[in-house]
Amino acid sequence: MAQHGVAQIWRRIRAIYNIEGNTCKTCDTYYFPPRPVCPTCRRKGVLEDHKFKGLGKIHTFAVVRQAPDDFKRQIPYVIAQVELDEGARVTAQIVNIDPEEVEIGMRVRACFRKITQAGTAGVIVYGYKFEPVLKVTGHSYP
Amino acid sequence: MVGIVGYGVYVPRYRIKTEEIAAVWGEDGPKLAKGLGVFEKSVPGPDEDVATISVEAARNAIKQGDIDPTDIGAVYVGSESHPYAVKPTGTIVAESIGCTHDITCADFEFACKAGTAAVQTCMGLVDSKMIKIGLAIGSDTAQGRPGDALEYSAAAGGAAFLIGKKKPVATIEETVSFTTDTPDFWRREGEDFPSHGARFTGEPAYFRHVGAGAKSLLKKTKTTVEDYDYFVFHMPNGKFPIAMGRQLGVPPEKLEDSLIVRQIGNTYSGSAMMGLARILDIADPDSKIFMVAYGSGAGSDAFSIKVEEEIESRRGEVPTMDDYIARKTYVSYAVYAKYRRKIVALG
Ligand SMILES: [Zn+2]
Repeated sequence: MAQHGVAQIWRRIRAIYNIEGNTCKTCDTYYFPPRPVCPTCRRKGVLEDHKFKGLGKIHTFAVVRQAPDDFKRQIPYVIAQVELDEGARVTAQIVNIDPEEVEIGMRVRACFRKITQAGTAGVIVYGYKFEPVLKVTGHSYP
Repeated sequence: MVGIVGYGVYVPRYRIKTEEIAAVWGEDGPKLAKGLGVFEKSVPGPDEDVATISVEAARNAIKQGDIDPTDIGAVYVGSESHPYAVKPTGTIVAESIGCTHDITCADFEFACKAGTAAVQTCMGLVDSKMIKIGLAIGSDTAQGRPGDALEYSAAAGGAAFLIGKKKPVATIEETVSFTTDTPDFWRREGEDFPSHGARFTGEPAYFRHVGAGAKSLLKKTKTTVEDYDYFVFHMPNGKFPIAMGRQLGVPPEKLEDSLIVRQIGNTYSGSAMMGLARILDIADPDSKIFMVAYGSGAGSDAFSIKVEEEIESRRGEVPTMDDYIARKTYVSYAVYAKYRRKIVALG
């Protein structure tokens, strides 16, 4: 059976797997998703690809208790705006934490998760979500 | 010499206690846990599968080894729970760790030893100079039929090993395999859960193949049990590797450190590789490791590994096996059933 919209998913794969956006060298601003032109500098903007480190903090969040069918298995879950260390803000799910423990300003890191799937026969979409920073033995994390 | 130039593991955050599962089926939990040697097992989140677990382990391996992902020439993922029946998990992994597109990639399948089969393949490709670095992953989100004995041990997790020649953290000195046609455990196409030969999985399957692989490696390397500091055997439960060690005359203290099965269960393709990772986390340079992975169907891959100086400078970069074991949240059987899609009405 044919599935529509596969090309649209495929075009975004590299960006949503690795949080790849871009940066304007003229005004030192970072963008995700990548912008075709810098909205501030316009023609004077010099854009370069940028792979975000995937570290940031929670800017704001909401707990989702009523979800579409695809996400019912995960309720209650947290959707947040994450401010990446480079400056760009992304909207993403926060995982590996109970909703009651999520706080504004909390340090998070990007992780790789299943985002959605088109039924049991369709394509599976993967990408970034965020989780609290992990303890690493022998390492002092930010 | 070919060796491990980087390694990483991943274990999902959720755990269910053996006692919790036992209570649902009216079994004696504490007795069952002790008999099985599995006290709790890892459970993947509803948005985790072999692709996500493999990616997390691979990203850790790259960071641990300080490897440029564009040097990777092959990506092989061994699992019996690949998310797609047709479409390689490795393609998703390669794209998400920053590999170039000029690589070879395939999924491996040999029950619980698919990951070590991938390690052997990478060793050959590196040694023949076809590739600079190969990525071999063993990863699973194993399922047991509700109420079946396997439900107490079938767990989720993975390990990724980067195989190369430059500055290895451990060298692989020798590897041998032993393979026969033995139907101890299988899953037919389209079936959700595997079937097994119950008691038949022990003596003619696990013990025969792991034992033969181990003896063959000792013979080929002209070594004895005394020459090794650590032993790692595939861990379908906590009691098989201990019984195997006893048969081979391995002192229990040389096996103890690898027995991650007690806290996270049987991670199938990840099992022996994650046990090896735990040893690499703690072993001193020059330590010798003896590992035998087992896959139903059936076969074993045995490895003689020497820890190198390089390992010390690479520690503290990524979460260790113990960091992941310690990061846990217990779930009830009801939540476990919801996450593992045992509630069919939710789709
Ligand atoms: Zn600009």
